[in-house]
Amino acid sequence: MLKIHATKRRGAFTLEVAVDMPTPGIVALFGRSGCGKTTLANIVAGLLQPDAASIEVDGIVLEDTRTRHRIAAERRRIGYVFQDARLFPHFDVISNLRYGERRAPLSERRITLDHVVHVLGLEPLLSRRTRDLSGGEKQRVALGRALLSQPRLLLLDEPLASLDVARREEVLPYLEKLRDEFALPSVYVSHQFDEVLRLATHVVLMDQGRVVTQGGIELVSLHPELRAIVGPDAVGSVVTGVVAAADPQTGLAAISVGNGTLNATMRDARPGALVRVQLLARDVILATYRPEGLSVRNMLAGTIAAISDDDADTDLVSVDVGGATVLSRVTRAALQSLALRPGMPIWVLVKAVSIRGHAFPAPRAAD
Amino acid sequence: MTAAELDAVRLSLSVALRSVLFGLPFAVLVAWVLARRRLAGQIFLDAFVHLPLVLPPVVVGYLLLLLFGTRGAIGGWLYDTFGIQLIFTSTGAALATAVMTFPLMVRAIRISLEGIDPGLEDAARTLGAGPWDRFATITLPLMLPGILAGAVMAFSAGLGEFGAVITFVSNIPGETRTLPLALYTALQTPGGEALAARLATISFSLGLLGLVAAELIARRLRRVLGH
Repeated sequence: MLKIHATKRRGAFTLEVAVDMPTPGIVALFGRSGCGKTTLANIVAGLLQPDAASIEVDGIVLEDTRTRHRIAAERRRIGYVFQDARLFPHFDVISNLRYGERRAPLSERRITLDHVVHVLGLEPLLSRRTRDLSGGEKQRVALGRALLSQPRLLLLDEPLASLDVARREEVLPYLEKLRDEFALPSVYVSHQFDEVLRLATHVVLMDQGRVVTQGGIELVSLHPELRAIVGPDAVGSVVTGVVAAADPQTGLAAISVGNGTLNATMRDARPGALVRVQLLARDVILATYRPEGLSVRNMLAGTIAAISDDDADTDLVSVDVGGATVLSRVTRAALQSLALRPGMPIWVLVKAVSIRGHAFPAPRAAD
Repeated sequence: MTAAELDAVRLSLSVALRSVLFGLPFAVLVAWVLARRRLAGQIFLDAFVHLPLVLPPVVVGYLLLLLFGTRGAIGGWLYDTFGIQLIFTSTGAALATAVMTFPLMVRAIRISLEGIDPGLEDAARTLGAGPWDRFATITLPLMLPGILAGAVMAFSAGLGEFGAVITFVSNIPGETRTLPLALYTALQTPGGEALAARLATISFSLGLLGLVAAELIARRLRRVLGH
């Protein structure tokens, strides 16, 4: 169990957060810059004094302002990975990796140097100076250093934000490996929805210091306030499915979602694996009858659950496709000419190329 | 060189060295407080530390006499309890030199400290390092170039400290007659021009050597420390 309840006032800004999540798992603190994510991370790490807080990881109380209990930051054993890797410039890579390990109690040393070096692919870097590393390599070393401090909780504060797109794609698979290999309770701070999509088991949507909503990513992806944060083009529901069949030749996988099947581009899909896909609302087409003679490979039958305002002249239609919800953005003119209304049976169409699947083997958090 | 010249050089080196050893721990502490803490009255501490740069050295020597003379507040206590006498001794000369060169040392150390990302100390903290551990393994090694540069600078300047020394500990051959004092004495003595010229040349060479050494050491360390 991970419990983070904290408040902190700073001038006109108030941070007020309550998160409870089963462990292991990755909780994503998601929101715009300045919404208080990093402040919260610093409070959890013990680097910042909260006005009031109750922070608990797997039964160990790190801070409780009511009982004036507070474990100092240096004894919290929280593996903090900063946005700017903060490697020690006067040490080489191996000494950086070992800095936290040496200071961890002997009885708690479960994560070994060999394992970390192997999982993060650090062998060729070990004797290098930190200033000679690329941005992506620096973050991998910072990850390894945090892991080797034998943390109770891993705290990742936008670890990819200072990297360009190519470097991000290089580091992301390591983060997925980390999640699957070490199964540590983790807090992942981000303002990139695709990172959250690939990593998080529990999503906390934050705005101006407050929690807008939290829960499974499927639920959070449907929240109306997400639009203001990710922008209209990134609005889309996240659905979880199971790989029914995979074709390594074409790179296409058939994914069972609700009562239908979606074809998505996906590398390394294994039949039976849990997969997350995001269906962007702008890519989802609605049809009132089953169309024929189209190149679209993905068709799901469903029922309109709700219609909400999206923009001045567009609406968002949520469709229940049998246990999963899909969002579609349609113009108000289309809405009227098709006479769409809640309860109506409908067909949902998505082009296979618009869908990218991400394997997600970690257990899903209860909503 | 004559015995008197050698004496003056040896004495200057010894006084300057002792002044650095004496002042360095305090300089590191004060630089750290000025760069890393936010205390009330910090601006006054800053000004106080830099006073020797702007005060006439004679004033500093006079204040030292008041405080550290055998009847002064601190000097009296030192003399009565430990039998330590500062006036008219080379130890007193080292103290006067340390006070005069203190701002130079603090300044160099503080600048190097301000160039160190405090985030590194936070990172060390989350990795389990307590305050002294962090200081010893992160802060101190990273400020070494500044400490060394400050020390060499203070040493070089200390070789030539005149006003505060002559006021506080007088001009005693073999005890407090350092290079500049010997030079001054030579100039006051009829026929001492040749000696004065040689002493000036020695001072000039030592000063230049010190400054070049400080820069070389700082460069070398910066490379080793990965700045």
